[in-house]
Amino acid sequence: MRVRFWGTRGSIPVALTAADVRDKLAQALVQASGKVFNSYEEAHAYASSELDFNLTHTFGGHTPCVEIEIPGEEYYACDLGSGARPFGVHILAKQARKPATINVFMSHVHWDHIMGFPLFGPAYVPGTKIRIHGCHDVLEQAFRKQHSAPCFPVEWEQLGATIEFVKLEPGKPFLINGMTVTPHLQLHGGDSYGYRFEYQGKVVVYTTDSEHKLEDRAEAEKFAKFFHNADVVIFDAMYALAEAISVKADWGHSSNIVGVELCQMAHAKHLVLFHHEPANNDATLEGLLKEARRFEELTRGDQALKVSAAYDGLEIDL
Amino acid sequence: MNVSSRRFANAVVLRVEGRLDQDTCAAFTTDLMKSVDTAAAEGGAVVLDLSGLEYISSAGLRCFMLASRQAKAQHAKIAVAALQPMVAEIFQISHFNLVFQVFPTVREALGAVSGDAAAAFEKG
Repeated sequence: MRVRFWGTRGSIPVALTAADVRDKLAQALVQASGKVFNSYEEAHAYASSELDFNLTHTFGGHTPCVEIEIPGEEYYACDLGSGARPFGVHILAKQARKPATINVFMSHVHWDHIMGFPLFGPAYVPGTKIRIHGCHDVLEQAFRKQHSAPCFPVEWEQLGATIEFVKLEPGKPFLINGMTVTPHLQLHGGDSYGYRFEYQGKVVVYTTDSEHKLEDRAEAEKFAKFFHNADVVIFDAMYALAEAISVKADWGHSSNIVGVELCQMAHAKHLVLFHHEPANNDATLEGLLKEARRFEELTRGDQALKVSAAYDGLEIDL
Repeated sequence: MNVSSRRFANAVVLRVEGRLDQDTCAAFTTDLMKSVDTAAAEGGAVVLDLSGLEYISSAGLRCFMLASRQAKAQHAKIAVAALQPMVAEIFQISHFNLVFQVFPTVREALGAVSGDAAAAFEKG
């Protein structure tokens, strides 16, 4: 089982600007001052091992799209944010003109989670099968509306793929090609749903656009059960805690600190911070990651929790 | 968790001992809000003496946030003082140091929020 992140940003896509690239480059040059590199490989090795993560990477700009890979011919993904465009390119390259079957599990239909579908290449390939799963009654309506004038020039009926909408029930396990997928209701405007994917003893939980009310112990226990013993929890950590429960309370998102606490309650193994705030630059996001890791150290019980921050291109093998 | 309060002129010093988490936050919030009401009625302040606080979770931090909002709405002041190293670090990690005035000692906190309270504190 493998998790591949195609889009990790919340709300709206962002991109590094020319000034951002220059700044990273200048900082890298300062850190490398006095060193001599005789080849690209030497420089690459130095950059990979010595420089700060935020100088050599970017946390990426695409909105949510996360692929869950299991053995077999079909594809599985959570959400179709702008990360769906490179995900589609990947599928087309891998299929080499052979139509694909793609299974999507939608957290909800806010724009940042569906905006990639109009540029999702496989949707234009005749013979492709796309099954869009979700718990919302408005699932099909949201996708069709996006594919209509004046928002987009290609009408839904012009798409080459056969597209099917599959309604799921919260709390009710759904079996697909040997993988069990269980949706879980979450607190977000218009509701959202997390998904627990179980395949041959491995567990991945995708839980984005989900606010947690800290005073509600019963709610925390429900989520701890949903995350229980997960190998990976992909968690909405859009804000720092103070922000999440003050000016941005009731905005439907959570924080790095609550992610650590819930994963510790659940005995989960790996927390992946996700749905990054578009206003945060790479240095800020790395700061939030370091703070989450330190909080985990300070509050660790009998089991360590690995903490990472998702970026576009990250792959996690289970 | 134990909570005790002392008055210094128009300020209430609330001493918190033990762990502040999901199990203890409801009762603590009640005590804290009463102190904010008292301080606000006299145009004063609440100082949270956290020298005995061993641990604070996100649920505990939320109590502080609620108190901060109420104090602001009622034009009262609120500050925290004498944090143990672990609690001080959790304040920084959660960015609560950007929301609250944090002081090394209760004396310094009182000095910052109320001259009358600081004078009363010095008299004992």
